[in-house]
Amino acid sequence: MSEAIPAETVLDVKNLQTVFFTNSGLFRAVDDVSFSVRRGETLAIVGESGCGKSVSALSIMRLVPDPPGRIVGGSVTLEGTDLLKLDDAAMRSIRGNRISMIFQEPMTSLNPVMRIGDQIIEAVRLHQKVSSKEAWKQAVDMLRLVRIPEPERRAQEYPHQLSGGMRQRAMIAMALACRPALLIADEPTTALDVTIQAQILALIVDLQQRLGTGLILITHDLGVVAQTAQRVIVMYAGKKIEEATVESLFETPLHPYTRGLMASIPAVPSPDAKEDVRLVEIPGMVPSLTRLPPGCAFAPRCKLAVDRCRQEYPPLDEVKSNHWAACWRAGEIAEAS
Amino acid sequence: MTEQRPLLEVTDLVKHYAVRGGVLRRQVGTVHAVDGVSFTLGAGETLGLVGESGCGKSTVARTVLRLVEPTSGAIKLDGEDIAPLSKTALRPYRRSIQIVFQDPFASLNPRMTAGDIVGEPLTVHSIATGAKKQERVAELFQQVGLRPDQMKNFPHQFSGGQRQRICIARALSLGPRLIVCDEPVSALDVSIQAQVINLLIDLQRKQNFSYLFIAHDLAVVAHISHRVAVMYLGRIVEIADKHELFANPRHPYTQALLASVPIADPKAKRAAPLIDGDVPSPINPPSGCAFHTRCRYAIDRCKTERPALQAAGPAHQVACWLNDGTGRSE
Repeated sequence: MSEAIPAETVLDVKNLQTVFFTNSGLFRAVDDVSFSVRRGETLAIVGESGCGKSVSALSIMRLVPDPPGRIVGGSVTLEGTDLLKLDDAAMRSIRGNRISMIFQEPMTSLNPVMRIGDQIIEAVRLHQKVSSKEAWKQAVDMLRLVRIPEPERRAQEYPHQLSGGMRQRAMIAMALACRPALLIADEPTTALDVTIQAQILALIVDLQQRLGTGLILITHDLGVVAQTAQRVIVMYAGKKIEEATVESLFETPLHPYTRGLMASIPAVPSPDAKEDVRLVEIPGMVPSLTRLPPGCAFAPRCKLAVDRCRQEYPPLDEVKSNHWAACWRAGEIAEAS
Repeated sequence: MTEQRPLLEVTDLVKHYAVRGGVLRRQVGTVHAVDGVSFTLGAGETLGLVGESGCGKSTVARTVLRLVEPTSGAIKLDGEDIAPLSKTALRPYRRSIQIVFQDPFASLNPRMTAGDIVGEPLTVHSIATGAKKQERVAELFQQVGLRPDQMKNFPHQFSGGQRQRICIARALSLGPRLIVCDEPVSALDVSIQAQVINLLIDLQRKQNFSYLFIAHDLAVVAHISHRVAVMYLGRIVEIADKHELFANPRHPYTQALLASVPIADPKAKRAAPLIDGDVPSPINPPSGCAFHTRCRYAIDRCKTERPALQAAGPAHQVACWLNDGTGRSE
């Protein structure tokens, strides 16, 4: 896909491999994962804990703790530059400038003893030659952009004086201060209440479209994905197992794991449904990355698994147009649905 | 007569916390954590309690268990008010009400085996010892989908979903009439949540106890509950049969809450957020209806007078001045 419109591609990740060396052995947190993000596009990475979605993000930022982790293969091309080949100084000039990240818990990712305004200034002055007065003005403008009321006063305040939703807005202001090409949001609303989540998601999407930023949204919440993303990749045990446009994924999920996830979430009852449907369970649990079964990692939990699934890992095939799935039986699933 | 009586009847429950400040630690304010909450819960019924952080839902749950002492109000279990009882007098009632907490990593003693954890209530209440206890624990393990041979394992040897099963087995061990579930699936992975929710539903169908089910995830609450109460700043603003509540939400806060839930369907159009800003502080909450500061329908009366819960249909109560029976919804 990235080859088709290269000019539009902000980020191109190819065959990324990140491993961790632990006492219980080596495990492949991210195993041969490729994806790309275009300008103004939102790519969602979905999966459960330990599937490798956050390590993928940290790998792009080159923030994987080493040791125990290391990126051992692949390329991460941001606006034409392979980030994995840069030295630390060059990488620092990119981090917070061309790529920014928003984390789940805004309280732990803000410095509690620095005023909000100063924290934004820090990001701005590190990458741009501006006076501190000019930077402060930019900080206040950013706070206004993320719709914090009374930005002049709020810039003077410390993180503990702000509510959870406000703090996440301040994080967004900081992340977007240098107008990055790519924004990575790792579970940005998981710690927030649902009404605040709705506000923050609306804000992220609005700003991202206005500024033309590419957005990687990491989440476990399929509702957030459906409402926010254009394309989705689903990860399981370190591998990308499905990729599609959001419409195609929700209309005909092709991987049994994706199908299981969708069936296992309770839906808000619709007015006409008077009977409760039993939730579909995915049996078993997410496998440990140090003890992955041979073949498809999902096979032990999969109702459709056949002998081949337990022996050979399925390739990621384009089963339908613009819809890839790594499953030996994806073709049958596509025909049946 | 006894058939009609609900299992749990909470009336005008209030829990205030003092805020102290200054060198003399004088009281400088009051946190209105729970501010006059009333509801009933029938045998075999599940009441869901939803609301955002700080709305008081967990405090209500803990007060019902008397883990938190209520400031005032009555908590009637089978008609007996347990709020004023002394610790000793309360003991027999403890058997009837159990709790499952959110974090199965923090609520299990890491130095006890799973079998000992589940069997401990049996010892504490002198119900069973020795082989009889082991037998009962093995039976409980099977009921929650664990193998009896896992009794000798320690909590760290279990996954999150399995640990929550241990917590459920412990809650079941005394044959409770009411189990309070405080965010029981929030810490679990999506594919594990469904397993635990189904288990909770199956156990209730078999043993006919009641749940007071607290969660911030509306879809989860809606799935498991028969009735749902919506809380805002320490008060119940709406309570109704679940289908009725989701089909016909009457309180502006309930409407906003429902509209905020992201729907797992890309074709469903995202509505603009119905409310702005944050929940006000429960220290000195707004006068009148606590929601009036964020409500787009608020009239003058909302700022001064506090609306009481009033019938808005069969099995549907709402605390809003605008609920005048005209069917206003938008």
